[in-house]
Amino acid sequence: MRLVVVGNGMVGQRFVEALAARDTERRWTVTVLAEEHRRAYDRVRLSAFFDGVTPDELTLAPPGVPSGVDIRLGEPAVAVDRAARVVRTAAGEYPYDALVFATGSRAFVPPVPGTDLPGCFVYRTLDDLEALRAFAAGRATGMVVGGGLLGLEAANALRLLGLRTSVVEFAPHLMPMQLDAAGGAMLRQRIEAMGIAVHVGTGVTGIAASPGGLRVAAGGDLAFDTDVVVFAAGVRPRDELARAAGLAVGERGGILVDDTCRTADEAVWAIGECAAVDGRCYGLVAPGYAMADVVVDRLLGGEARFGRADTSTKLKLLGIDVASFGAATGPLDAVYADPAHGLYAKLVLSDDAQTLLGGILVGDASAYGVLRAAVGGPVPGKLADFLSSGAPDVALPGDAQVCSCNNVTKDAVLGAIHDGCADVPAIKACTRAGTTCGSCVPLLKSLLAEAGVAQSTALCEHFAYSRQELFDLIRVRGVRTFSALVAEYGTGRGCDVCKPVVASILASLGNGHILDGEQAALQDTNDHFLANLQRDGTYSVVPRIPGGEIVPEKLIVIGEVARDFGLYTKITGGQRIDLFGARVEQLPAIWRRLVDAGFESGHAYGKALRTVKSCVGSTWCRYGVQDSVGLAVALELRYRGLRAPHKIKSAVSGCARECAEARSKDFGVIATESGWNLYVGGNGGFRPRHADLFLSDLSTDDLVRTIDRFLMFYIRTADRLQRTAAWIEGLDGGLDYLRAVIVDDSLGICADLDAAMARHIDSYADEWRAVLEDPEKLRRFVSFVNAPGTPDPSISFVRERGQPVPARQQPVSLGIPEVRR
Amino acid sequence: MTQWTVVCRLDELVPERGVAALLDDRQVAVFRLHDDRVRAVGNHDPLSGANVLSRGLVGTRGGAAVVVSPMHKQAYSLDDGACLDADAAIPVYPARVRDGLVEVGLR
Repeated sequence: MRLVVVGNGMVGQRFVEALAARDTERRWTVTVLAEEHRRAYDRVRLSAFFDGVTPDELTLAPPGVPSGVDIRLGEPAVAVDRAARVVRTAAGEYPYDALVFATGSRAFVPPVPGTDLPGCFVYRTLDDLEALRAFAAGRATGMVVGGGLLGLEAANALRLLGLRTSVVEFAPHLMPMQLDAAGGAMLRQRIEAMGIAVHVGTGVTGIAASPGGLRVAAGGDLAFDTDVVVFAAGVRPRDELARAAGLAVGERGGILVDDTCRTADEAVWAIGECAAVDGRCYGLVAPGYAMADVVVDRLLGGEARFGRADTSTKLKLLGIDVASFGAATGPLDAVYADPAHGLYAKLVLSDDAQTLLGGILVGDASAYGVLRAAVGGPVPGKLADFLSSGAPDVALPGDAQVCSCNNVTKDAVLGAIHDGCADVPAIKACTRAGTTCGSCVPLLKSLLAEAGVAQSTALCEHFAYSRQELFDLIRVRGVRTFSALVAEYGTGRGCDVCKPVVASILASLGNGHILDGEQAALQDTNDHFLANLQRDGTYSVVPRIPGGEIVPEKLIVIGEVARDFGLYTKITGGQRIDLFGARVEQLPAIWRRLVDAGFESGHAYGKALRTVKSCVGSTWCRYGVQDSVGLAVALELRYRGLRAPHKIKSAVSGCARECAEARSKDFGVIATESGWNLYVGGNGGFRPRHADLFLSDLSTDDLVRTIDRFLMFYIRTADRLQRTAAWIEGLDGGLDYLRAVIVDDSLGICADLDAAMARHIDSYADEWRAVLEDPEKLRRFVSFVNAPGTPDPSISFVRERGQPVPARQQPVSLGIPEVRR
Repeated sequence: MTQWTVVCRLDELVPERGVAALLDDRQVAVFRLHDDRVRAVGNHDPLSGANVLSRGLVGTRGGAAVVVSPMHKQAYSLDDGACLDADAAIPVYPARVRDGLVEVGLR
């Protein structure tokens, strides 16, 4: 049978060789019609021509011709008569039983004026290169249109020809098909260091002859004078012959074929860059080779199909290794960027950081093979291990940019670790590394490990479990007491670290009053006495004033209580009134007065919701757009008593002026014209942090449901004493992950979280009133067990600005740097 | 010679919590351990200057029974009064349970 192959490029040659190798029975007689006058050559290495490699050295064809193959160089096909099954050339006609198009591509030249002027070239064939070399002799400057891989090849060629070279790329960065912005930027830096000017984000609008040569006009009124222009801005499939023969082409060109590479005409096939497999063209040689093998198999009766093409690329451009494999972007990145050495590497990971999706290597592509091979499977190791010539043990250099967003080097991170940062949130707080895109968080973890910082999640010496693990243990196993927990899962009798944690977990899971039974022994003193311990051993009482809204009668009661018990009063930052100087035995009597007036005391202590501040909102304010007070009151009453890994603060602002300072809160709400914006992860304190916008324009119902889940997920998964900000920063995937979990229910736990919050709300009871109603609990509020009528004689007050204050004013030694006055 | 003073009934004490007791003009913190043994130490936290140790959490540190000051979290041994986190110490008093009554000894 007669087979005609149109084209003798790399793919056409591969096809002929593969067929010759497999068609041992010589079923096919092959005629190859080649446009060029030379046998197939390695177009991928085309630029080597300018390095002195001869065309003969680039040839792909072995000496001689396989038997049964007739290669007709310089005899391009000019027409195909499908009805007659004949291919015509200028010299004759070639009948076929099967026809394979392997016509490849032509260079794309932008449709602007002047591209046909002398000095304009394309970069496609050895003939093009020879013409370019001839023209460039004795000239000074050259410009390449196109900053993709072909354009950079061409730029190198011009440079090797001795021209002062520049590159114009329409996309915002170099190699837009393969690289991300950071990789493109790194490449640009290295190329510019070679003296090649790079202009990105601008397109050529026209070329005109000028006295000195050519004038290239580009977007933004740019103009460049040059002697030579090389168009290397991509390729277009050579499908004109097929079109003329009535074969369908893809939307973007290319001969339309199915996944067997066959056109609608069962005798006609197309392979390589001219083929649009299911509509898609591939500008790389590897998919072309795969297509050639498919058609060979089919012609010999096989069943091969073209599968998913590997578009991975590894090149040496201007002496710089560049590789891209798999996906160039994805949910998570591990990034290494070292501008000092022009190195950039990125691994694209699945959202759980377990699967390698792809990556980019600039400057050092030695790990390309192993990494490309690992795409789709588990991440084969730390990115750091694949750098530096692929040597698995070689560490990152100290000046390696660990966090490219915030320009934090490895040395800076190690310095922070040396200064005591023992986990990722601490490093983030200290260096800002990892706080923007979060992509370097895995690297931070590996640096911690490298520095020998044990990432133990053990709560304390009594439990080898993290808080989250303990939470799950207690929840799933239904543990109800500390004794049972420590007996089964811990050692010793607990301490001031694990006991309050377990108390908090038990409270979060709804275990009755916090002073019931054994739980009483777990509570920190503030929780144990339901008030705030002050420096002299007295307590302060802070009646709950939800949203900061209070009626005059209650305000008067607070004044009366303070007066009658001799308490110092101060208005707090949480829109409450704090009453100081209550002795432990006075607390029940104070609560009684408050309860009788319709108050409850409030959680100004403990790891629980504190207050929900508000501005006055639309009720009074002429700028307010929503009822911020009403929402704040509702939120405070909803979440009061909720025990958490750390204190939780909130605020609601009635308009964008943000008078309630909601963005400094763990969850803050700011009214919009159409609803509420929810911000999460803010805090004041030692390291102030603004909350980040989580969701916009929520209805009140959606807002509340989202906050419910946010709080419950935080309570279940955060570490001990971890505010929401650090918790979110510690989540792999950060806010996006959090949205996935509590908005999109990616873990399928939202119903559970909702139910847990509903249980909390339903079971909430006034903890202070409960003490008043329980003689057993009430009995603990005495000064001395053997002298309950005697106040602590060491407590005394002096008056200052008309109020009582502790008489003793001695410095307090804290575990943090002391401030001396 | 040790003078034993009854401060309360054992069942008035919550296991692993303490109470303050006034013995003459001394403030004593009395603790009931999980195994119903009792310990007595000074109630005065020398590092904060407040009489608060009876309100601290009781637990173990490396196997030793400790009370942790509720003020700034330093641990004191209930056996010898030594502070495990700072250069400080608190007095330790003999304590025992007799006929369901907690007694503290003063010399």
